[in-house]
Amino acid sequence: MGNTRRLFLILVPYSWLLLLFLVPFAIVLKISLSDSALAIPPYTPTLDLSAGWAGIKALFADFDFENYAWLAEDNLYWKAYLSSLWIAALSTLLALMVGFPIAYGMARAPEEWRPTLMMLVILPFWTSFLIRVYSWIGILGQNGYLNQLLEWLGLIDEPLIILNTPIAVYIGIVYTYLPFMVLPIYATLEKLDADLLEAAEDLGCSRFQAFWLVTFPLSRPGVIAGCFLVFIPVVGEFVIPSLLGGSKTLMIGKVLWDEFFANRDWPVASAVAVLLLLILIIPIVLFQRQQQRQQEAEQ
Amino acid sequence: MNRRFSWFNATSLTLGFAFLYLPILILVIYSFNESKLVTVWAGFSTKWYGELFRNQAFMDAAIVTLKVAVVSSTLATILGTMAAYVLVRGGRFMGRTLFSGMIYAPLVVPDVITGLSLLLLFISIGLDRGVGTIVLAHATFSMCYVSVVVSSRLVSFDRSLEEAALDLGCTPWDAFRSVTLPIIAPAVIAGWLLAFTLSLDDLVIASFASGPSATTLPMKIFSAVRLGVSPEINALSTILISIVTVGVVTSSLLTKRASVRRQQQERAAIAEG
Repeated sequence: MGNTRRLFLILVPYSWLLLLFLVPFAIVLKISLSDSALAIPPYTPTLDLSAGWAGIKALFADFDFENYAWLAEDNLYWKAYLSSLWIAALSTLLALMVGFPIAYGMARAPEEWRPTLMMLVILPFWTSFLIRVYSWIGILGQNGYLNQLLEWLGLIDEPLIILNTPIAVYIGIVYTYLPFMVLPIYATLEKLDADLLEAAEDLGCSRFQAFWLVTFPLSRPGVIAGCFLVFIPVVGEFVIPSLLGGSKTLMIGKVLWDEFFANRDWPVASAVAVLLLLILIIPIVLFQRQQQRQQEAEQ
Repeated sequence: MNRRFSWFNATSLTLGFAFLYLPILILVIYSFNESKLVTVWAGFSTKWYGELFRNQAFMDAAIVTLKVAVVSSTLATILGTMAAYVLVRGGRFMGRTLFSGMIYAPLVVPDVITGLSLLLLFISIGLDRGVGTIVLAHATFSMCYVSVVVSSRLVSFDRSLEEAALDLGCTPWDAFRSVTLPIIAPAVIAGWLLAFTLSLDDLVIASFASGPSATTLPMKIFSAVRLGVSPEINALSTILISIVTVGVVTSSLLTKRASVRRQQQERAAIAEG
């Protein structure tokens, strides 16, 4: 590559991301340290570049951690953080329990079926997320299809209340994030050497023991990747709790949205965002490490 | 792994796919329901499709969404391919770690944060919010997906092909155009499709990035759905689902045919050689 060409190739995407990804974060951080005000934009201080260096100094002098103190004092916020982490953890576990048997079945299916099965798992992922969440409103509602079915079967006398409870949120999360769990697990199971299982059985393992001692441990990289791929985005999920969760489900993504759009409190919304990111950095870094180790192991 | 396909496997696949597909199937069936009461079947009718096409607000939103998706995914494909090329072939340069961090971060940062931060940027620099800002926002997060897809293809192909072209007197641009691009083309197309669907699908980032002048289809669907299930939304969902299904099935058949053809050509080349 010629030097100017190379520079151009690097600079264009680099500056795009700097300007539209990194700078915005700096702004969020800045506003989270500002005070809210009844103004447009609704916070102070605003950076006054015309005052030059003095303006920048004044800006820093006015910063404080008031919004963060507010988050710590008000029960709502830390309850929302904890409840998001809890919901994400539990639904990751549920997705694993539902997803593993599917991935296992796919890996054991005859080879000529596998591309079709793969496509069947990926297809819902391409279909609108919003529509997939929406489809459960009709199923889980009080007069919904599920209650109709159960009543018709004579299993219940009164409709079950599922919609607008955390249970509906769990169902929605497992449903929409299932492909993220199934695909990495399938990828590791598919590469698994069948001879290993045969060896285990020759050495006297039952089929179940062979699964538990050989297949499951060897599928660990896929299981870990799948769990991260579900857990990380679910912590900040907004659409599912707001459509299926009702007012009883507390999740931080929804709190942030309401803080911004309903209360118009930009500094608090920004502080919520910064804290959420800080919480997510741990799993994100762990995930990237695991991915790197995985890549190195494959090479 | 090629082992006995047990009853347990068959059952878990059947139940798993039933779980994945039944909700969508029910939605599609009930979009042809005569009744306004969505959960009570009252006979076959296509009237909600007619209602939908007469609903100007939905049609306007659909046009905005399509415009945004086409422009932002094209931008994202160009930027993402450049970024992938730099990451895989660019060698070392100052700030490379930051660069690759910025490529991977948007994939895991929650939408609410990306949306909020972009909105605050647009306001600070005084940009009018509307179609343009949604395009910028979508191009930014989907270029990262494109670059991941394209770089995985770039990593797997033999660099000596490019070097051979250069040795034979190609300019770097010619080598890229006539050797690299045809090889990575499937990944570039897949990246464009991914960016396109991501843009079609996005509610949260678009809600933050847009102003009163632009409403996308997901925003419209979201505000309608908050009031409960409606037959028009069922009809709209059915149309969107059909488009995606036809697109995904066609593209997977095409890639399958392309790979079969490539194998045949390779075999023919070996036989001749």
